[in-house]
Amino acid sequence: MIERLVANARVVAALGARSVKQTARRPQLAAPLVIFPTALLAIQTGGAGRAVDLPEFPPVESFLAFMLAGAMVQSVMLAGNSGGIALALDIEMGFTDRLFAAPISRFGVVLGRLAGTAALGAMIALWFVAIGLIFGVEFEEGVAGVLWIVVLVSASSLAFGGIGAAIALKSGKASVVQGLFPLVFVILFLSTAFFPANLMLEPAASVAEYNPLSFIVEGIREPIVAEFQLADQLEAVAAILGIGLFGIALSWVALRARARTGG
Amino acid sequence: MPAIKTERLAREFAGGITAVDGIDLEVAAGEIYGFLGPNGAGKTTTVRMLTTLLLPTGGSATVAGHDVASEAPAVRRKIGVALQEAALDPLMTGRELIQLQATLHGLPRARGRELGDALLQRVGLTLAADRRVGTYSGGMRRRLDLAAALVPSPEVLFLDEPTTGLDPVSRGAIWEEVEKLNSEGTTVFLTTQYLEEADQLADRVGIISAGRLVAEGTPAALKAEVGRPHLELSLADGEVDGEQCESILSRFGRPLPPRDGLHLVELERGASEVGAVVRALDEAGLAVESLDLVEPTLDDVFVAKTGQHLEGADEQADGESPP
Repeated sequence: MIERLVANARVVAALGARSVKQTARRPQLAAPLVIFPTALLAIQTGGAGRAVDLPEFPPVESFLAFMLAGAMVQSVMLAGNSGGIALALDIEMGFTDRLFAAPISRFGVVLGRLAGTAALGAMIALWFVAIGLIFGVEFEEGVAGVLWIVVLVSASSLAFGGIGAAIALKSGKASVVQGLFPLVFVILFLSTAFFPANLMLEPAASVAEYNPLSFIVEGIREPIVAEFQLADQLEAVAAILGIGLFGIALSWVALRARARTGG
Repeated sequence: MPAIKTERLAREFAGGITAVDGIDLEVAAGEIYGFLGPNGAGKTTTVRMLTTLLLPTGGSATVAGHDVASEAPAVRRKIGVALQEAALDPLMTGRELIQLQATLHGLPRARGRELGDALLQRVGLTLAADRRVGTYSGGMRRRLDLAAALVPSPEVLFLDEPTTGLDPVSRGAIWEEVEKLNSEGTTVFLTTQYLEEADQLADRVGIISAGRLVAEGTPAALKAEVGRPHLELSLADGEVDGEQCESILSRFGRPLPPRDGLHLVELERGASEVGAVVRALDEAGLAVESLDLVEPTLDDVFVAKTGQHLEGADEQADGESPP
């Protein structure tokens, strides 16, 4: 039993490492993860930095400190999408057949992809933490807060990766997964990623208030701009778990259907 | 115990499309079985079922003694698979791919590295091992695919059109490796649309058309079923006496209708009579200008069984065979 678990863990780790290398070697997968969110962060903080002076804007040290969490979540959502595209490319070129013909759990193939996406999430978190530190953001909860941010961002990446994987397994086409790219921005703008809900107009404000993404963003933002509040962190973890379980369940169903039809 | 056995194996797809329609076959351990048929005949669907990538919708199949539907993990432990189009990640290096394959088959890291080096050497890719697969030629990709399929030291090796699209030299290299593997005891199930490939490599050939097995046997037996070798000859200018020629040829077998100025005869006793035919014509004062002994091909078998030619038959007749 333990031997089998170790063997499966080795497979997941090897496929995860391949996934990270694949992202690094394919610019069209790597660019959206870092370049777009960093550019958007620079444009927004440069252009709308005085938003923090608005009445009722939450008390933050700087607009960059407020925006970092949004940039991280944007990046991991795109990482989930890129992971889905990469999996769909594997399906298109028949590489998944090679994996499915090996004596391993087929779900291990999906978990390997998600492990890679989670590792990318951790790297993304560190990238934006570094940007924050370079540009003078003081993380209110210090090193512990940064470590917690890495955990939340990495877990979010895995959760969004599950949805990307499910769509890839269901459609088997990279173009379909890629087509969801704009949806990432719609969901982001209808959350508190880039603007506080209390300053939004209706119905966007209500949508943002209940958008699970807002809970994740606030969970990541809190250690940057304020002190930990257990309730906020539990909400963030619950939102990540909810999205993650939903994505993994969808992936499981899509994988079983694919195994039946051999598609 | 046969290496592969199927009973009324069938696969129907959505929309009522029957890709494989009740195939019965038995492949003995240590045999090279050639599965020959045109595109869309059902070869790949059969291989996908036998390699557990696709569930049958009818009948049953066992590979290395395990049922492909109910004992799929056990089947996967015993097989090596090189699928059509060499499904390789162009961003990985050859070495990375082989080592990933070793991990998938549960080999310890050190053993995987050692085996990877040996297999890359075996297929002549040591120098290219650290290059990305995207930079490999078609032949190199197929050889890498073959090396990856050998990682688990398979009892049964499935090769789905391993040489399609390759130049004659690369094709020859793959053939050589397949023969070597078989001589080491590996059972090989090889699908192909190339007549010569099946003829050269396979101990037995199964011909599939429209999802059904239409003929099966050794290449020699299948060809013998459709007729004897025939001789095609032309006489030197000014010496064309058709009637006299045919009268002489009829002593050696059944004359066939002349074609494009050639005299044809189906030799009763095969190639051994060629010398006697030439001597007889010479004694009658008829000088032979050209002479060709034409053996029946697997395409003739295919035509006899299905009424159609196999795709690629003409291409091979034009000299596509490896050196």
